[in-house]
Amino acid sequence: MSAEFWIAQSFNGLSYGALLFLLASGLSLIFGVMRIVNLAHGSYFMLGGYVGLTVALRTQSFALACLAGAVAIALVGMGMERFFLRRLRGETLGQVLMTIGFALIFQDLALLIWGGDPYTVPVPKMLTGTVRMAGAVFPIYRIFIVGVAVLVGLALWLAMDRTRVGAMIRAAVDDAEMAQGVGINVPRVSLAVFALGAGLAALGGVIGGGFLGVYPGADFEVLPYAFVVVIVGGLGSLPGAVAGSLLVGLLDNFGKALFPELSYFTLFAPMAIILAIRPTGLFGRG
Amino acid sequence: MINHALHLDAVCRAFGGLQAVDGVTLTVHPGERRALIGPNGAGKTTLFNLIAGAMPLSSGRIALFGRDVTHAPAHRRAALGLARTFQITNLFPDLSVLENCLLAVQAHLPVRFSMFRPVGRYPALLERARAALQRLELEKLGGAVVRNLSHGEQRQLEIALALAGQPRVLLLDEPTAGLSPAESRLMAGLLRRLDPEITVLMIEHDMDIALELSDMVTVLHYGRVIADGPREQVKADPQVKEIYLGA
Amino acid sequence: MIARRALLAAVVIVALALIGPWLPAYPLTVLTQALIVAILAMSLDVLLGYTGLSSLGHAAYFGVGAYVVAIMTTEHQMGLLACLAAGVALATVTAAIFGLLAIRATGTYFLMITLALGMVIWGLAYRWVSLTKGDNGIAGIPRPTLLGIELSAPVPFYYFCLACAALAWVLMGLLVISPFGLGLRGIRGSEGRMQALGYNVWLHKYTAFVLSGLFGGFSGTLWAYYNGFVSPNDVQLVTAVETLLMVALGGSGTLIGPALGAGIIVFLKNFVSVYTKRWLLILGGVYIGVILFAPSGIVGALRGRRR
Repeated sequence: MSAEFWIAQSFNGLSYGALLFLLASGLSLIFGVMRIVNLAHGSYFMLGGYVGLTVALRTQSFALACLAGAVAIALVGMGMERFFLRRLRGETLGQVLMTIGFALIFQDLALLIWGGDPYTVPVPKMLTGTVRMAGAVFPIYRIFIVGVAVLVGLALWLAMDRTRVGAMIRAAVDDAEMAQGVGINVPRVSLAVFALGAGLAALGGVIGGGFLGVYPGADFEVLPYAFVVVIVGGLGSLPGAVAGSLLVGLLDNFGKALFPELSYFTLFAPMAIILAIRPTGLFGRG
Repeated sequence: MINHALHLDAVCRAFGGLQAVDGVTLTVHPGERRALIGPNGAGKTTLFNLIAGAMPLSSGRIALFGRDVTHAPAHRRAALGLARTFQITNLFPDLSVLENCLLAVQAHLPVRFSMFRPVGRYPALLERARAALQRLELEKLGGAVVRNLSHGEQRQLEIALALAGQPRVLLLDEPTAGLSPAESRLMAGLLRRLDPEITVLMIEHDMDIALELSDMVTVLHYGRVIADGPREQVKADPQVKEIYLGA
Repeated sequence: MIARRALLAAVVIVALALIGPWLPAYPLTVLTQALIVAILAMSLDVLLGYTGLSSLGHAAYFGVGAYVVAIMTTEHQMGLLACLAAGVALATVTAAIFGLLAIRATGTYFLMITLALGMVIWGLAYRWVSLTKGDNGIAGIPRPTLLGIELSAPVPFYYFCLACAALAWVLMGLLVISPFGLGLRGIRGSEGRMQALGYNVWLHKYTAFVLSGLFGGFSGTLWAYYNGFVSPNDVQLVTAVETLLMVALGGSGTLIGPALGAGIIVFLKNFVSVYTKRWLLILGGVYIGVILFAPSGIVGALRGRRR
């Protein structure tokens, strides 16, 4: 294996990890604040991609597509939380079944509206093509994805660390009851976090749609990855989401490249080892 | 020091910066009735959790009948004869009173792994479960679902479960918590009739009952033992009096 | 109480046995499918309804059982008993390994780990093409022969599945009313109390997990013979969740409930999909409807339970 191979694969893993970060950071926050199991999170990704696709085709604007996708799905997510999930606090099984119900409905609606063919979200000219660095070739679009993830990560970190809203969220993650006790409007914080998580997932879907495509089944395909990231990183932890995304992105990529027949196994074995040592994930507080 | 039922040696437990239990050393002899008292937050229930194995120690040692159980999991300590009740009632809400007792009775028996015969076909088990209920005068409630019992009946069942396994050391965490004065008197009567062979360590807020049912008293304050000895001696201790003047 | 349940069970089994020859071919095969899936649903109920562990990876053991039969019959022409034994054994081993990893986790973590483990099996089915033929699946699984009797026709195969389902029901039924079963219900009620009473809770949960996988694998082996075709679709997340739905719809913690739930979902799938392509939409609606309106399932509602 040449150095080129390793560099290329590492970069692919990095960019995939960046995409996963968009998907999983929201999921981790949602878990952290509300302890909700949301199996429709992959659906947010897919629907975001589809909405972004339509907007991009209609308006020729990639930026607008990203915005529209994120906002639309954030609204969907808020609706789900406010009117359906809120009554299922603490009922894991109920949450699982209800969110899967939504996931199936979303899947069928997507099929109805957009049909069964795969599409690719059209991306602006300047993001296509490749660039040559250190003797290897890097697709610009993937660099773009990493850039977006880094920006989002920084923004989230600053928001959580420096703003009042961020402090409220962190308090709610730490101890929701106590937070409510000191006057934090936890239901409103929960709603906001849910919207944020859904919106980020959808953004990931639009951006991912530019190189992975948008297709039926993307929802259930990406869901286990999100879960593995959150398990490995630890519920409710932003650094955990970063570490987890990177790890999963790299492991998955190298696994597929080196041992294609073992796929999820190469992803899972390290996860098992990590969990054996730290059952609540790398940064989790269980 | 084999002549002790329970021995704690400089037991500590810290939560972040807070020392919940700070260097507690005490020895409880077989058959002794000891009350563990102290103001709220003194660390009494934490100490129970440490003794029972529900929580790991930060440092120190715990020995049960001479055997070091500092790192033993809770179920191993129970197998060695330790039983406990919970301050906040911790029963099996959807099961019947009899089923609750059966669980307590079969806990140390190989039959708990039996998978091919109905529980009802083990007359010995049923006998022991009913006897455990009788000891706390609960036998009439056998078929009732625990969720539907009154608070007082649930507190009694708490103790019945702890006794069903025929323990040698019994940790009672506020047995009269939430009971009316009349119910408390009933409970005190039941506790007075406990088998004298059992070593009892009891956390109790009701000072009268605590002192009435015990020979020895240990006083905990901010996680430290500040008084420890026979009941009358501790009652007269000026430091103890000072702490309880406001209680 | 037990005698009454046993009588009811016997009546149901006899009734099913009697109507067999009188049903037209299509309903008979659907009923056969329902019986096979009922075993899977009941196995999940042992874990979920009795021990209180919500698992999203149950399709894995189903899949292992099915694939073992598929490979052994098409590649090595092995007989029924050998295939059943191997399928169940391998599914049990899978559960034993997965259990070591999953049981140390609780609540949401357990759910997610079982999901990931289920995906591992799916991934193997999908990617290990040399063994499983990947996306194409393995076709041409012949109906078995039992002690010289050919089981290929619908009616004999139906009776075979009925016997298997009855056996599974009896075994799992005995399990849940045994002292061990009582222990599981105790764990579901209060793990802390069980620890304090002296139970090695980890060991009990692990055993339940493995047994649950055993019966799940049994269901899978029968499925391979029934369907004649095994593919990664049988092992996917949606299958695992469907099984959860059957348990919830029928009523968890009742054993008969999930069997009933399995029957309902199987019939819905087979008949509704004939009339409309929007089967997923309807199924999704059923999921949400069950949680909103019948949280303790059909049997739970009949027994007057309120969650």
